Amino acid sequence: MSRTPFRTRYSAASLLRQGLGGHTGWGEAWRAPSPKPRYDFVIIGGGGHGLATAYYLAKLHGANRVAVLEKGWIGGGNTGRNTTIVRSNYFFPQSAALYDHALQLYEGLSQDLNYNIMLSQRGVVTVAHSNHDMELMARSVNAMLINGIEVELLDADGVHREVKIANRDPDARYPIHGGFVQRRGGIARHDAVAWGYARAADALGVDIIQNCEVTGFRFDGSRVVGVETSLGPIAAGRVGMAVAGHSGVLAAKAGFKLPIQSYALQAMVTEPVKPLLDTVILSSSTGIYCSQSDKGEMVFGAGLDLYPSYAQRGNLPVGQTIVAALLEMFPRFRTLKLLRQWAGIVDVCWDYSPLIGPSPVDGLFLNCGWGTGGFKAIPAGGWLLAHILATGRHHPISAPFDLDRFTTGRLIDEAAGAGIAH
Amino acid sequence: MLALPCPHCGTRDEAEFQFGGEPAVRPPSSVSDTVWADYLYMRRNEKGAHRELWCHAGGCGQWFVLTRDTATHAVLP
Repeated sequence: MSRTPFRTRYSAASLLRQGLGGHTGWGEAWRAPSPKPRYDFVIIGGGGHGLATAYYLAKLHGANRVAVLEKGWIGGGNTGRNTTIVRSNYFFPQSAALYDHALQLYEGLSQDLNYNIMLSQRGVVTVAHSNHDMELMARSVNAMLINGIEVELLDADGVHREVKIANRDPDARYPIHGGFVQRRGGIARHDAVAWGYARAADALGVDIIQNCEVTGFRFDGSRVVGVETSLGPIAAGRVGMAVAGHSGVLAAKAGFKLPIQSYALQAMVTEPVKPLLDTVILSSSTGIYCSQSDKGEMVFGAGLDLYPSYAQRGNLPVGQTIVAALLEMFPRFRTLKLLRQWAGIVDVCWDYSPLIGPSPVDGLFLNCGWGTGGFKAIPAGGWLLAHILATGRHHPISAPFDLDRFTTGRLIDEAAGAGIAH
Repeated sequence: MLALPCPHCGTRDEAEFQFGGEPAVRPPSSVSDTVWADYLYMRRNEKGAHRELWCHAGGCGQWFVLTRDTATHAVLP
């Protein structure tokens, strides 16, 4: 693989040199170009998936006329609103292949992008609260092992060794019976993923155009041949869309519907405290997932707001449930103050698996339906959409996630693997 | 907290209600797989005015159709 031609390659030496100069000479990390009238590939959506798509198109497929159109600022949607967890502990082989491809790309991403995404493979512990939970978890763990995903089943003592501050009260409403851990899972700095892909794509000639909203599609007969935007029309050989919660809005502009409903998914952080949680912990029963950021904040979330929403704030009843779930797992956190609460709009498919591949309209390709788990999949989502855009064909990993599964009935039902209470 | 209008009980808190999806008419079983998939899975998922079913599950059990703005959550007339 050729080296990406960065204007400034980030290194210890460049940090020292810039430090001696008072950090005044770094320059811009990517350009702010005006849109050209025509591109070979137009990617709608400047989140992680869209930027990764553009990067892999340029890097792996030699595309040199690529644009990413972002209606706001890059990484300002779900890429900047998630809880930064990465893992590949899924039940079905199709999902394991997909999410582990993402995790493997994450493992090399800081080097590949010359940008520290602060990947911390601190392990992801999922807990069980009853004997019945444990039996189902053992079945899931066996499926994951067959899928080639290394995971370990834990008894209650094992969970408490991994997560020393978890609730040990035997009279707890949700006592911990055991769990399992994927040690390659963990967290990564979500903004750095967007910025790293943006900088590397820009260095390979991709035009990243912010504040450019796609308002419609241009057709030649039944084929999409470009987009209408707030900055004027842009012609395109092929168009890819990676717009998460707004997929249905764009699909309507192109004249089709998707098997997707958009919901608000909340997340919160507490005030920062000293290090006391060195892993990621999830409970499917209470819905909680929590990790401690490098700044010391407890970053957590749980279930969806269970009615369609495009409001990026989340409702109070579900917010209270999320906090209650956190305090069930970590009673000592009751003294912490909440610092921030927000929501992202997630695009949930009926089988909690994504949609990757051609849309019902010629010339337009989909990367959506990631629902509550899009961040962990960013490198694979981009890598696969780039493959499909460049070759016009599915990759074996993406083929099972084609839209046609909703007609053939070959759903990939990852309601449990999604790890979120629905 | 949303306040939703139950046609039987009047305005009540959202915690008493269950969302029931977009209203649709079930086609006969003789239709093609594509038409059936469209009925079963495809959704308008509008941003803005959205026609949807709700059930006052924690109250009188009444099902009703509501138009709600999914961007602001305002109940529309």
